[in-house]
Amino acid sequence: MSVMKRLSGIVQAKANKALDKAENPADMLDLSYEKQAENLQKVRRALADVATAKKRLELQAAELQTQATKLQDQAKQALAQGQEDLARQALTRRAGLADQLTDLGTQHQQVEAQQQQLETTAQRLSTQIEAFRTKKETLKASYTASKAQASIGEAVSGISESMTDAGMTLERAQDKISQMQARAGAIDELIDTGALPDALGGGKDDIQAQLDATSQAGQVDSELAALKAQLGTAAPAGGALPASSGDVAGESSPDASGPAGGAS
Amino acid sequence: MIVRILGEGRYDVPEADMPAIEQLDAQLTDAMDRNDETSFDAALGDLVNQVRHTGTLLPSTDLQTSGLVVPHAGSSLSELKELLAEES
Repeated sequence: MSVMKRLSGIVQAKANKALDKAENPADMLDLSYEKQAENLQKVRRALADVATAKKRLELQAAELQTQATKLQDQAKQALAQGQEDLARQALTRRAGLADQLTDLGTQHQQVEAQQQQLETTAQRLSTQIEAFRTKKETLKASYTASKAQASIGEAVSGISESMTDAGMTLERAQDKISQMQARAGAIDELIDTGALPDALGGGKDDIQAQLDATSQAGQVDSELAALKAQLGTAAPAGGALPASSGDVAGESSPDASGPAGGAS
Repeated sequence: MIVRILGEGRYDVPEADMPAIEQLDAQLTDAMDRNDETSFDAALGDLVNQVRHTGTLLPSTDLQTSGLVVPHAGSSLSELKELLAEES
């Protein structure tokens, strides 16, 4: 059987079940009315939950975005210092954050779709309840007439179907909200335990520590060079970097080992 | 034919437009049976649009019951399967 026919069967079965409790048409009308009002309240509560979930996703996305920008800056800084490995590390972390951000974006879209469906549901329910409130009194007043009984039956079936739809929409939204809350909780936990380090921009992270150490070392080198210059012991321009004297020594040793190897 | 889109409301669709909707319903059913998520998403999107475009949205004060029901727009294959599992 086709999807639409099967779904229709499910909706009708649920709608009939909801009305099983009523014993006579007047009861059915009252029961429908109460159920609708109850549903509307539930939909409104779900709307508040959706708004909270949406806000939370937005805050998390902003936090992750800040962290991603920071890692980008750190990568630039590391490259400027010639520390390619550190730059790579920063960019790798940034890529991890980008995945999280994409995921948050998808969730945000879903939450907005839920919000829209719930808003539509709330609007339709409230119009329907208002119209039904006056209609049910008219129907009740004349329900002894057989024609009226038929129209009560139709009205109640129609209402019950709409209530079933509202109930199913609500259930779907609640499922989505709890899934989203669980994922948001997991992201909060990641941020808290430092798996996404320093997302709140608080203390220093390890990449920053290495960058700071390197720039500090650079400063020491240049101070050292300045001191050497003052004492008149400055080597030619390149001599300011201690590394170059090491290179010179390194270059001379293979030459020295050459003759030694030949001697043995 | 009155067609309900879950979470949206009922549309009165002219009989002349029903074959196109039934065709999309068949595609959706087929995609579900084959567990093909990509075709499922496409067929559901097309079905929802087709009902919206060819049908007239009934006011919520109208109390007619529907003859066919379309899943919530944006439903996933697994969501629909869960819903259909309620049949018994």
